[in-house]
Amino acid sequence: MENLLEVKHLKKYFPIRAGILKKTVGYVKAVDDVNFQIRQGETFGLVGESGCGKTTIGKMVVRLLNADSGEILFEGRDLTKLQGEALRRERKNIQIVFQDPFGSLNPQMTVGELFAEPLKKHHYGTRQEIDARVKEMLQVVRLSPLDAKKYPHEFSGGQRQRIAIGRALILNPKLIVCDEPVSALDVSVQAQILNLLKDLQEEYKVSYLFIAHGMAAVKHISHRVGVMYLGKLVEISDSDEIFEHCLHPYTQALMSSIPIPDPFYDKKRIVLRGEVPNPINPPSGCKFHTRCERACAICREQEPQLREVLPGHFVACHLAGEAGEGPKDAD
Amino acid sequence: MKDILIQVKNLSTAFREEGRVTQILYDVNFNIYKGEVLGIVGESGSGKSVTSKTLMRLIPEPPAQILGGEVLFEGDPNQNVLKYTENQMCSFRGEKVAMIFQEPMTSLNPVLTCGYQISEALLLHQKITKAEAKRRAIHMLKMVGIQSPESRYNCYPHELSGGMRQRVMIAMALCCSPELLIADEPTTALDPTIQAQILELIGDLQKKNGMTVMYITHDLGVVAETCQRAIVMYAGRIMEVAKVTDLFRSPAHPYTEGLMKAMPKLHEKCDRLYNIEGNVPNFAQMPQGCAFHDRCPDCMEICKTQQPQLVEIGEEHQVRCWKAQQAAGCAQGV
Repeated sequence: MENLLEVKHLKKYFPIRAGILKKTVGYVKAVDDVNFQIRQGETFGLVGESGCGKTTIGKMVVRLLNADSGEILFEGRDLTKLQGEALRRERKNIQIVFQDPFGSLNPQMTVGELFAEPLKKHHYGTRQEIDARVKEMLQVVRLSPLDAKKYPHEFSGGQRQRIAIGRALILNPKLIVCDEPVSALDVSVQAQILNLLKDLQEEYKVSYLFIAHGMAAVKHISHRVGVMYLGKLVEISDSDEIFEHCLHPYTQALMSSIPIPDPFYDKKRIVLRGEVPNPINPPSGCKFHTRCERACAICREQEPQLREVLPGHFVACHLAGEAGEGPKDAD
Repeated sequence: MKDILIQVKNLSTAFREEGRVTQILYDVNFNIYKGEVLGIVGESGSGKSVTSKTLMRLIPEPPAQILGGEVLFEGDPNQNVLKYTENQMCSFRGEKVAMIFQEPMTSLNPVLTCGYQISEALLLHQKITKAEAKRRAIHMLKMVGIQSPESRYNCYPHELSGGMRQRVMIAMALCCSPELLIADEPTTALDPTIQAQILELIGDLQKKNGMTVMYITHDLGVVAETCQRAIVMYAGRIMEVAKVTDLFRSPAHPYTEGLMKAMPKLHEKCDRLYNIEGNVPNFAQMPQGCAFHDRCPDCMEICKTQQPQLVEIGEEHQVRCWKAQQAAGCAQGV
């Protein structure tokens, strides 16, 4: 399969300013040297706790934030270097769905107007063509044609998220960044949205960058999953593999901390001590060593690189995969 | 027979808005037994938080109005919490029943130190000196696993992370050793690794002190891991009450079953999730008959017109569903 999106050595540091002169006193390394690829028609899940930088990556991919360094190659074109008209044209191919469907839809526009806006912006066609496309899209996201005249407040949370998805899909993008699309929704509604996203992918062959902290949802929808901790990707693998044989101790703890809705399921829970360290002052060496039970001397000194431990399974941990194999570079 | 700590009988609550009365709770009946961990599950708008706030009389009246029912402490008809005076209520809250909320940021006072807020509760409920209160507050902070409690005593809530704030909330709730702890979505705002810490902490304290805990949550995973019994609520009604093991092995209500199938699973493979059609009904426009009938896959004629009652279909297993009752061969009592 071809790579649709390739992220290389992506970095984003947010400066911390203090004093009256607003001097930069330090940086929050929100995203620190991140590499991953998304293939055509694939869903790449990005998981991690709050503050790990997953949303920052999503925003950089759609250029709502500019990267400090690194490359975001979309079909081989570097998005970070695009400007003006070229960027506008590229935007058609990459769309985003936000977490909160209450905040992301303009309350003063009807659903029809919301759907038509991106079409007009990108000169889709005549008015009739736009109307026809809006009608078609309403059907695709399982809304009735009458809903075009309604305002966002008249819809429930799940319906609103479907409007947001329809709006993202209307320009036939190749990639949709879904930033926590189901976190604000109830269980029964979550299922509707996840099923819809899957159906749309099958029909339109669109790729997703699916950002979430809900592990089960990520597992359900993703083909491959990346786990982030303090601005770094610590593990990347196929979805089934990562949920069954994760190798990084952080991933293991994260997996075991999710309550399983089955009272008969016997599990060993790893409860991590302490909290995520301050990203302004991250620990030396492996950033996870302060909470890791298996941490040893090398973890405190050397930062582990992402290496391929098993085919297609990348881990950034000195101790993963043991058996004395030499570290290999991820790329 | 287990001892009853709180008995809720026919509780009905409504909200009055612009002259319209919208009923939120419909005849809620349940018992909380001493020493158990009980879970109330439901989606948003199912009435689970209103239930707990009515118990604590924390909903503002007006606009809310308790239409009827009793909340009996220790099942004693003379101790109806809903009839308590404000003074009695003050000693009831905190000493007998304490509560922790979802959002630890907004439930702590931002202009007072965490330590002060804990000692305040102690001074209010117990005749002790300020120094003694401080000593005990520090002890509580230590018990909930806060590092260097002496210095944290003087911290303001904004100086602490979400997980630490929730620990302070728990310390505050438990400082007067209440008999019942109501935890209203205690971990929803927290990250999974911190959620695991908080659930473990509440579990440990519950075992150590023999406390009773009532979890209010939308997460069936939390219920499966922490609770012994669970109540499933939908549209202001109790739909099913059962032991957690029975509930997950053989859910009797189609709604419970749907909820379980709709959850994506970590350890099972499935291509499509089960979909409960439609949305949670609006309280102003409740459907006739069973509140769930228009989303129910097993809807029958009777469901559209007549409201089923909560009926016992097995040991400690009650359900509000015509079909489940027929299947269990129960006499229909309306």
